Amino acid sequence: MNLLTTLRLAFRALWRNKIRTFLTMLGIVFGIGAVIAMVAAGQGAQQSVKDVFDSLGTNVLSVESGGATSFGASGGAGSRASVTWKDFAALQSGEIPTIRWVAPLLTTKSQVASEQGNWNTSVTGTNAIWFQIRNWKTTQGDTFDQDTGEASAKVVVLGSTVATQLFPNANPVGQAIRIAGQPYEVLGVLESKGQGPMGDNDDIVVIPYKTYEQKLAKGLAKYVQGRVLVSMTDDEAADSTIAGITDLLREQHQLKATADDDFRVRNPAEFAKGQQDSTKRISWLLAIVAAVSLAVGGIGVMNIMLVSVIERTREIGIRMAVGATPKDVMTQFLVEALALSAVGGVLGLGVGYLGAYGMAHWIFKWKMFFPATTAAIAFGVSGGVGVLFGLYPAIRASQLDPITALRYES
Amino acid sequence: MALVDPGASLPSPRRADRPGALIEMRGIERTYYMGDNVVRALAGVDLTIERGASIAIMGQSGSGKSTMMNILGCLDQPTKGTYALDGRDVSRLSRAELASVRGRMIGFVFQSFNLLSRTTALENVEMPLLYQGLSSRVRRARAEAALERVGLHNRGDHTPNQLSGGQQQRVAIARALVCEAPIIMADEPTGNLDTRTSYEVMAILQGLVAQGITVVLVTHEPDIAAYARRVVTLRDGLVTEDRTQTPVIAGGSMAGDAAAHAAEQAAAAAAGAHP
Repeated sequence: MNLLTTLRLAFRALWRNKIRTFLTMLGIVFGIGAVIAMVAAGQGAQQSVKDVFDSLGTNVLSVESGGATSFGASGGAGSRASVTWKDFAALQSGEIPTIRWVAPLLTTKSQVASEQGNWNTSVTGTNAIWFQIRNWKTTQGDTFDQDTGEASAKVVVLGSTVATQLFPNANPVGQAIRIAGQPYEVLGVLESKGQGPMGDNDDIVVIPYKTYEQKLAKGLAKYVQGRVLVSMTDDEAADSTIAGITDLLREQHQLKATADDDFRVRNPAEFAKGQQDSTKRISWLLAIVAAVSLAVGGIGVMNIMLVSVIERTREIGIRMAVGATPKDVMTQFLVEALALSAVGGVLGLGVGYLGAYGMAHWIFKWKMFFPATTAAIAFGVSGGVGVLFGLYPAIRASQLDPITALRYES
Repeated sequence: MALVDPGASLPSPRRADRPGALIEMRGIERTYYMGDNVVRALAGVDLTIERGASIAIMGQSGSGKSTMMNILGCLDQPTKGTYALDGRDVSRLSRAELASVRGRMIGFVFQSFNLLSRTTALENVEMPLLYQGLSSRVRRARAEAALERVGLHNRGDHTPNQLSGGQQQRVAIARALVCEAPIIMADEPTGNLDTRTSYEVMAILQGLVAQGITVVLVTHEPDIAAYARRVVTLRDGLVTEDRTQTPVIAGGSMAGDAAAHAAEQAAAAAAGAHP
């Protein structure tokens, strides 16, 4: 029997029991759909984690106070000020050759206002280097230069979200805004970086760190009231740079050999890797759950094929009597199971696409992933499910004794 | 053409002009094991059937005639003995080989018609050809020709439940004919039909004999066996009687040897009786 005829026969048999076929197919549709949506979600999640860390800047370490223990209880990062501006200067000094740039990063939330509007946003105090570390340029005006960054000038660079909120209809450059009641002159507007790990990257205003210290900081001026970002000459230098910074700061803080560090050096890339690993694990978990639902769909196919074999026992007997070999009968039922799951697979592709699209656009708001390879694999898998779960019923059909089958009363 | 049987007068690819008997059974035994019970359905049967024969196998239930028909039809295999079909030993073939022997050599007609429901007459008749690897065009043409031979060429698109019992059995006969098999095995072909319809069906079968096809009737009814030229009676798994007779002629004017288009006439008569 040629393939085309077998296929036609299979589709006709499936068409005869439309509702049953449809319901059985649903199992495959949702199984394949779930696999595709979950794989797409995993990829989306991994990519979004990666994007987050890319947006932090590459080759960057973060140094902050903390790690002190008092009576055995760790205070955690930043619990006690210890990193001073002297330490900052030492990091800048060039003593550690792998350090390229150093920038303070002081942040707080504050209300900002223009003549046209006001907005609560994140205020960052830093120097001119920070814009380079983050590779962040302006679309209007300029960032502050080296000198301004080191001065306590009352100037500000706006993130695009803030610029839109405060100056909906005007060019902000040269305008005045108020931050915590103090007037600042707008130097420029940063290009948009979109959504980041902590939300909107563009919901920010940036002022010189000395200005920040004088107008917004509450602690002692001796200490850095935030973090120090250290940019390295290259990725590979992370471990030696961390060791260098640790030695330098321990020396600066005159810690005894037995004492714990009273500061922390963190490598966001490490953290990113950890995050990505856990995301990957969760993705696998999701894919496994989806695969289980696909297997359940496959069992549904097997079940219905077994019922079909029993119902059509007599038909099988007739076909055998007129010359169908066991292989012919097996092929017929196998192709039927295959057709059932292949059609389910195609519909499942659509469901999976919709699922991936919905998650990417409405739920998680990340980049949509729907790689052709996944789709092709999923389709292949649906065929495999058909063969795998269709095999047993087909073998049973092919092993029927024609005499018994012909006498079978349904 | 060297005809083995004078009744075989029509050209047909698989028939007649070959040496030897069509069917040769020697010492056929068939034993069933049902738990501790051993049932000897056939206890050593010898049977030779010539090409183009018209033979009825008779017997009460339990006589072994069903087993006989299953083995003759290559649906079952003997426990002991040899069965040569058209010169080939088929008593030790695999299931797949048996299936292909059935497809080429034997057409079945059953008491309960055994047509596929919700499937048109034409498709039912085409079905055996699916397993012969023929193109759909050839299948269609041969199925239409077979339906015409039983006088149902205008009923091809009817499904079994749109046909009378006699018509359904004629579709089944067309299905048995479509592969040009030299043997038709008819198992109680009239068991589900009324007298008049039975007569039509027997007329068609006799017409086939006239065309040189070997028709094996399996029946317990002497009335039906009367249409055959030879009657073999089984009892307790053994042949107890084997006689030749002058068959009752269904369809009136049919004079066996001479009727070249007997089947068509019989079919036409049947169709006329059943508009």
